[in-house]
Amino acid sequence: MAVSNNPPLLEVKNLRVEFPTRRGTLLAVDDVSFDIAPGEVLGVVGESGAGKSLTGNAIIGLLEPPGRIAGGEVKLEGRRIDNLPYEEMRKVRGAKIGAIFQDPLTSLNPLYSIGRQLVETIQTHLPLSASQARKRALDLLKEVGIPGAENRIDHYPHQFSGGMRQRVVIALALCADPRLIVADEPTTALDVSIQAQIIALLKRLCREHHTAVMLVTHDMGVIAETADRVAVMYAGRIAEIGPVRDVVKQAKHPYTKGLMGSIPSLGVRHDKLTQIDGAMPRLTEIPPGCAFNPRCTVRGQRCMVERPNLMSAGASRAACWLHDRGGVGAPVTKELVDA
Amino acid sequence: MPDGSMNQFVKIEGLKRYFDVSAPWLVRTLEGRPRQIVQAVDGIDIEIAKGETFSLVGESGCGKSTVARLVVGLYPPTAGSIEFDGNDMAGPRSRADMAALRRRMQMIFQDPYASLNPRWRVFDIVAEPIRAFGLAKDKADLENQVGERLRQVRLTPADGRKYPHEFSGGQRQRISIARALASHPEFLVCDEPTSALDVSVQAQILNLMVDLQRRLQLTYLFISHNLAVVYHISTRVGVMYLGRLVEVAPTDTLFMRPKHPYTRMLLDTIPDLDMTGRQRAPVAGEVPSPINPPSGCTFHPRCPFANERCKVERPKALPIEGGTVACHAIEEGRLGIEDRSYAGARE
Repeated sequence: MAVSNNPPLLEVKNLRVEFPTRRGTLLAVDDVSFDIAPGEVLGVVGESGAGKSLTGNAIIGLLEPPGRIAGGEVKLEGRRIDNLPYEEMRKVRGAKIGAIFQDPLTSLNPLYSIGRQLVETIQTHLPLSASQARKRALDLLKEVGIPGAENRIDHYPHQFSGGMRQRVVIALALCADPRLIVADEPTTALDVSIQAQIIALLKRLCREHHTAVMLVTHDMGVIAETADRVAVMYAGRIAEIGPVRDVVKQAKHPYTKGLMGSIPSLGVRHDKLTQIDGAMPRLTEIPPGCAFNPRCTVRGQRCMVERPNLMSAGASRAACWLHDRGGVGAPVTKELVDA
Repeated sequence: MPDGSMNQFVKIEGLKRYFDVSAPWLVRTLEGRPRQIVQAVDGIDIEIAKGETFSLVGESGCGKSTVARLVVGLYPPTAGSIEFDGNDMAGPRSRADMAALRRRMQMIFQDPYASLNPRWRVFDIVAEPIRAFGLAKDKADLENQVGERLRQVRLTPADGRKYPHEFSGGQRQRISIARALASHPEFLVCDEPTSALDVSVQAQILNLMVDLQRRLQLTYLFISHNLAVVYHISTRVGVMYLGRLVEVAPTDTLFMRPKHPYTRMLLDTIPDLDMTGRQRAPVAGEVPSPINPPSGCTFHPRCPFANERCKVERPKALPIEGGTVACHAIEEGRLGIEDRSYAGARE
C-alpha cells in the first residue's frame, strides 16, 4: 500500500475494537488494516462515530475501558505493541509514539509549570540530567515557536492562549523524538488563523524530524493540505484509502464522493450542496451488507447482503462492489426495500 | 450601504455592548485593581435588506454572537439602535406591540443538544411559540400547525411524540428550525447553526435553510466562523474583528476582491480541498484580548501594512465597491486591491 519500498513504520492488521454492553457487544472498529511509512502523513477522516479516534487510541494503547482490542494486531517497527503489558506500553508511548489530543487544556496538567511537565517527560524517556533536560525543553519550546521561551518555560498552562497551549502539547509529543505521532483532531478547538499556524508547524517538524503522523480529523480541508495519503472511515470500517489527491479529486467510494460534494468550497458556488440523505447508522443498527447501502444512490442487491472489503480502484483502494468484476448486482426494487 | 433607497428591513446603527468583568468591589478596593470592561461589540452599523442573507464572520471572541443576541433582544445594547422594519426596538411601547414585533424574529442556536429542553416532547417544543403568541384557534389547529412545521423541515408529524434525545444532531437542528418557524417569523438570526454538525449533515441543513428562505421569503442574519459556509449561503458578508466591522461587501466581491488586510488573512488561512499540498504562509499572532484592545485600528499589531496613523486613529468605514471597508491603508491608496478570482469560477 505504501508508496515507498521501506518497511512500514506502523502496520495495523485487521484491528477490531469492541465495547461490551448490557445489550450485547458493539463492534466500533471492524477489521481495519493500513500501514504508515516512515515520514509519511496518513490522514484519517470520517464523521463523528466512524471509529477514527478509537483506531488512534487503540494504536497508542489508550482505549478507555470497557473498550478493548478484540482482534488483529498493531506492529511498530516490526514489533507487536497491541499486547504489551501496561508498563511496557508506557515506555513505547512517548519514546516511540507521541500523542496530540484535541483539547490542549485537558492534556496539560494545570498544577505544574509547562517546563516541569516537559522535563519530567524528557527524563522519563531519555537518560539526561535535570539541567540537560531543561535545556532540551527550552530548545523544544523555541522550535515550536513560543516567543520568549526563556520566560515562558516557568509559566502554567492557563497563562497560555489556545494556540500556544497546542504548541506546548506538540513540544511534549516531540520530547523523546518519536518515530510516529498520533494527532487526534489537533486543530479542531482552534480558530482558523491559529489552525493554519499549527498545521504549518506540524508539517515542518515532521519533515525535519522525519516523523510519521497519523492525523485524525473530521476536517477534509486540513487533510487535503497536510496528508500524503488518506483513509476515509465509515461505521467502523475503512471505506476508501489512497493518495490524498486521488481521494479528493476522484473519489472511488460513493460515500467519499458524497462527502466531498457536501463540503462547501471557495472555488465554486453551487446552487445546492450535494447532500447524503440520512445519517451514519448507530453501532447497534449497522445494516447487513455494505454499511453505507441505505444511503447509497448506486447500490445494487449485492450491496444489501454481501459486505465488500477493500479492493483496488484506480490509485486507491475502496470497499465498494462498483469496483469488483461482479458489480453491485441487480438494481434494488422498491419491494425489496420495504421488505 | 450604497444608498438609502433600498428597503432596509433591519437597520443597526452604532451598536455597542460592553460587559463589566471586574473583580468584586471589595477586592478591587483592597488590591487597587481597576475596573475591567470587555468591549464585545464596539460600534457597528449593519443594514439588512428584506429577503437577503447577511453573514457575520470572524474568529472566536470577535463579538459576532453578541451581535446576534443584541439583535433578538437577549441583551440590551449599551449604546446604539436597532430598527426592525421601521420600528425602533428600544422605543417605548406596550407589551402587546413588543410581542407583535418579537413574533416576527426568531433565533436558531448553535448547539442542538443544549437548545432543546430534554424533558419536553418535540410537539411541545414546536408548539411553544404558537401558544406564547396565541396563534392557534384551538387544539386541532395547534396540532395542524405543528405538523405542518415538522413537515416543512422534512420530519413527520409523528415525530412530535418523541423526545429530543431520540434524534441525531442534524434532526435536532431541524427541530430547532421548526420551532423558529412556528410563529411565522420574517427574520431569522442563525448563530452558527451548523458548526456542531458533521459535514454531510451540515449540507442537509444548509440546503434546507436555502430552500425555506426561497419559499417563505425569510431574511437571515447568519453568524459563522466558517468562510466556506458563508460563501455558499450569503448575499452579503460582514467581517468582524475585536467587536468592530472591518469590511462589508457583497459575497462575490468579498471573496474575489477582499480589501481589508484581515479579510485577506482570513481567506488565506482556510484549508480548502483544492489546495492539496499548498504551501501557505500563516499570519503570525493571535486575536488580542477585547479587555484592552489595541489603540487606533485594532488590527494594527498583526497587520503588515500598519503605520503610525493606524496606531492612533480608528479608521472609519468608507464606501467602496458596493460595500464598506475600515482601513487607512486602503483609504490612502497605500494598499492596492487584488483580484483573486478562483480557478473554477462560480456556476
